Amino acid sequence: MIEFQKVTKIFGSFRVLDELDLHIPKGKITLILGKSGEGKSVTIKHIMGLLHPTMGRVLVDGEDITDFSDEQFQEHRKKFGMLFQNAALFDGLSVGENVMFPLREHTKMGLKDMRARAEKVLEEVGLPGIQRKYPDALSTGEKKRVGLARAIVNHPKIVLYDEPTTGMDPLVSEMIDNLIMEVSKRNLDLTSVVISHDLKAALDIADNVVMLYKGRVQLAGSPEAFRSSKDPVIRQFFAGKVDGPMEFF
Amino acid sequence: MAVTRSIQNLMIQSITGLGHVVTDLIEGLGEFLIFVGKVLRLIVRRPFRVRLLFQQMQFIGYESTFIILLCGFFIGAAVSLQVGTIFTIFGAQSMLGAANAKALARELSPLMAGFLIAGRAGAAITAEISTMKVNEQIDAMEAMAVDPISYLVVPRFLAALIMLPLLVALFNLTGQAASLMIALNIFDIDQGIFFDKMARIVSWKDVWSGLQKAIVFGGIIALLACRYGLTASGGAKGVGRATTNSVVMMLLALLSVDFIITYLQIVWK
Repeated sequence: MIEFQKVTKIFGSFRVLDELDLHIPKGKITLILGKSGEGKSVTIKHIMGLLHPTMGRVLVDGEDITDFSDEQFQEHRKKFGMLFQNAALFDGLSVGENVMFPLREHTKMGLKDMRARAEKVLEEVGLPGIQRKYPDALSTGEKKRVGLARAIVNHPKIVLYDEPTTGMDPLVSEMIDNLIMEVSKRNLDLTSVVISHDLKAALDIADNVVMLYKGRVQLAGSPEAFRSSKDPVIRQFFAGKVDGPMEFF
Repeated sequence: MAVTRSIQNLMIQSITGLGHVVTDLIEGLGEFLIFVGKVLRLIVRRPFRVRLLFQQMQFIGYESTFIILLCGFFIGAAVSLQVGTIFTIFGAQSMLGAANAKALARELSPLMAGFLIAGRAGAAITAEISTMKVNEQIDAMEAMAVDPISYLVVPRFLAALIMLPLLVALFNLTGQAASLMIALNIFDIDQGIFFDKMARIVSWKDVWSGLQKAIVFGGIIALLACRYGLTASGGAKGVGRATTNSVVMMLLALLSVDFIITYLQIVWK
C-alpha cells in the first residue's frame, strides 16, 4: 500500500502538489489521471524517492520513506520496476544487456541464467530473439516493450508505468495494456500504478482510478465511479473538451 | 532628486547582482565538492565495476593513442625547431635535446595531453552523460536502485587517473623522438651529444613532476566532464550547452591548476 499524507511539492514558485492525500491499494492496478502539468509524474517519482516532498509524508508498505537516507532509498528502490514515458533504455547497451541490467546489479545470477531470464521476459512481451539488437534499431513500441521487460525482470513488488501507451498505435497500445493486466494477474501481490492519457484503454485495465487536479485528488474510486461521475471537471476531462470549469495554464 | 534615486537603484542592483554571482559561485563550488566527496567515498565501496573500468580505460587511453602520438610528434618537432634556432645564435645547439626534453616532461606533455583528452574524451563523456540525463536514462538508473555516480562517474574517474600519466609518457617519448630527428637532420647535432646532454640535464624528477600533473589533470577532466553531464537539462540544446561549458571549464581548470602545481613544485623543491 502506498500513502501520501498532505504532500506538497513546490518547484520554484510553482506548487505542483498541494497537500495531496492519496491512497494506492496493494495488489491492484491504480490509474492516475490528470491533464499535463498536474503532477502525475511528480507523484510517482515521490513514491520511488526520486523526488522528495516539500511538506508532508510518503508511506510505502507502512514504512515512512520521507526522510530516508540515500542508502535507504537505494534499498527501497529495489522493490520497484518502472516503465518510463520514453522507455529510457540505455543507448550504449544491447536489448539483452538492458533487460539484464537489474539482474546484473542486484542478483548473483550467472550470465547464462540472466540471459535465459531476459529471453523469457522478452518472449512474454512479444519480442523473442532480439537480445543482440541495440535500442536505436527498435521502433517506439518495441522500445516500450523492452522497457516493460526490464521493469518486471527482477520480480518487483510495485511496478510504475509512466504513460505506457503514449504515442503508440492502437494495436500496440492494446498489447501493452494487456501485458500490464497479465503481469498484474500473474502476481496477485503486485501493485501497479499507471499514468495514462489513453482514457478508454486505461479505464479498462484499472481497478482503481485517481484523478489529480490543482495538485489534489479530484476523484478516487472505481472506473465505474469515474465514468458515472457528475463532477463537471471530471466530465470535461472525460469528454476531452476545452470549454468547461477546468483551468488551463 | 530623481537622478540620485536612479544612481542609488543602479548601485543597489549592481551590488545585488554581484551578490548573486558570488553566492552562485560558492553554491556551485560547494555542490562540486560534495560531488567529489561522494565519488571518493564510492571508489572504496562495493560493487567494484572492473568491466566498466576497462571499457573506460580503452576509451580514454587506448583510443586516444593515435592523436597523442601525432600531437606529441608535431609539438616536439615544432618546439625543437624554435629552441634550436634560438640556441644556434648562442652556439648552444647541443643543448637542444635537453631543453626540449625538460620542457616536454615538466610542462608541455601534461598540458597538451590534458587539452587533447579534455577535447576528445572529456567532451564525449559530458555529451554521453548529458544525453542520458535529458533522456531520463539517469532517472531510470536511479529507479533501478543503481547510483549513477557509482556506475558512470567512478569508472571514468579511475580510468582517467590511470590513463593520463601513460598518455603523457607516450607524448614525452614521441616528442623527444621528433626532437632527435630535428637535431640530427636540421641542426647536425651528434646523436651521442644529444643524449649525453639530455641525460645530464633532465632527471627522473622532471619526468615525475609531469606525471604528477597528469594524474591531477586526469581527475579534473573526469570529474568536470561527468559533473556537467549529470547536471544537464533542457533537451538537445542542454546537451550542447553542457558540453561547451564542460570543455571551457576543463581547459581553464587545467591551466590554473597547472600554474598552482608548477608553483608548488618549485617552492617545495
